Amino acid sequence: MDEIDSRILRLIQEGFPLTTRPYAEIGRHVGCSEDEAFRRILTMKRNGLIRRIGGSFDSRRLGYVTTLVGMRVPEKDIERAAAFVSSFSEVTHNYQREDAVSIWFTLVCSSQRRLQEIITEIERNFPEAQILDLPAKRIFKLRVHFDPSEP
Amino acid sequence: MELSTRDKQLIVLLSGDLPETLTPYRDVALRLQGLPEEELLATIKRFKESGILRRFGAVLRHHQAGFAANAMVVYQVREEEIARTAEAIVSSPAVSHCYQRETRPGWPYNLYAMVHGRTKQQCQEVAAGIARSIGNPNYRLLFSVREYKKTSPSFFQ
Repeated sequence: MDEIDSRILRLIQEGFPLTTRPYAEIGRHVGCSEDEAFRRILTMKRNGLIRRIGGSFDSRRLGYVTTLVGMRVPEKDIERAAAFVSSFSEVTHNYQREDAVSIWFTLVCSSQRRLQEIITEIERNFPEAQILDLPAKRIFKLRVHFDPSEP
Repeated sequence: MELSTRDKQLIVLLSGDLPETLTPYRDVALRLQGLPEEELLATIKRFKESGILRRFGAVLRHHQAGFAANAMVVYQVREEEIARTAEAIVSSPAVSHCYQRETRPGWPYNLYAMVHGRTKQQCQEVAAGIARSIGNPNYRLLFSVREYKKTSPSFFQ
């Protein structure tokens, strides 16, 4: 990744240009041609640095219900439980963390009823697990982009 | 904000990846029977202004962008101290997210911070620094061991 790539990344994390020829606009900003900007961005997608280019919507404002769930699972069940959890399309993030509460996932559901249904389904399949449903009460910070040159 | 059927179709398309062409908006518009490109662009701007669209841009994979370690740090803070404490947490550049969450029996933590660093030690130092600045509350670090899933939510499908 060279200086131009870094500048492109910073720019398109802030916002991808909303114009007919966005790559031409990006090129103008960083000092390269439309084709080069396009090629560089495709390369950063292909090698996995950029996951996607698109919108991040506010789930709550779209009427969705979200929560963070922590799951205390016996060691032997972690893999199986994690796979089961991931199988729900409403699960957007799922991580194993270094703690007795080892599985952590976020749910984005169309209703509270659906959210409860998923939690009940997981409890039913893993009766030994303890499930902590931890909905947010307040968001203090939500930074969705990172400068690759910090911290 | 009242969303039309077309708005919802557009949200479905925009929640994914833009077409990899030089004219991505024209190509998205083509998929929405007869929507003029200018109207598509105006709708995206309207979504942004109304706040339902937080951001429109590139989404990175953090662990590949130089952040090898990340920890969810959870603090147990007295209710009346939450606002002040959260201020100290969010002022750290290593923190990407900070939420107040409900507590549960056996889980007394109410403030959550996502801390990113190049090493685990860097995360530990950040978490400890924050703790010192907010009167050393009970806290714990939960390092991520494995990412099982990371996707963007799919709405209206």
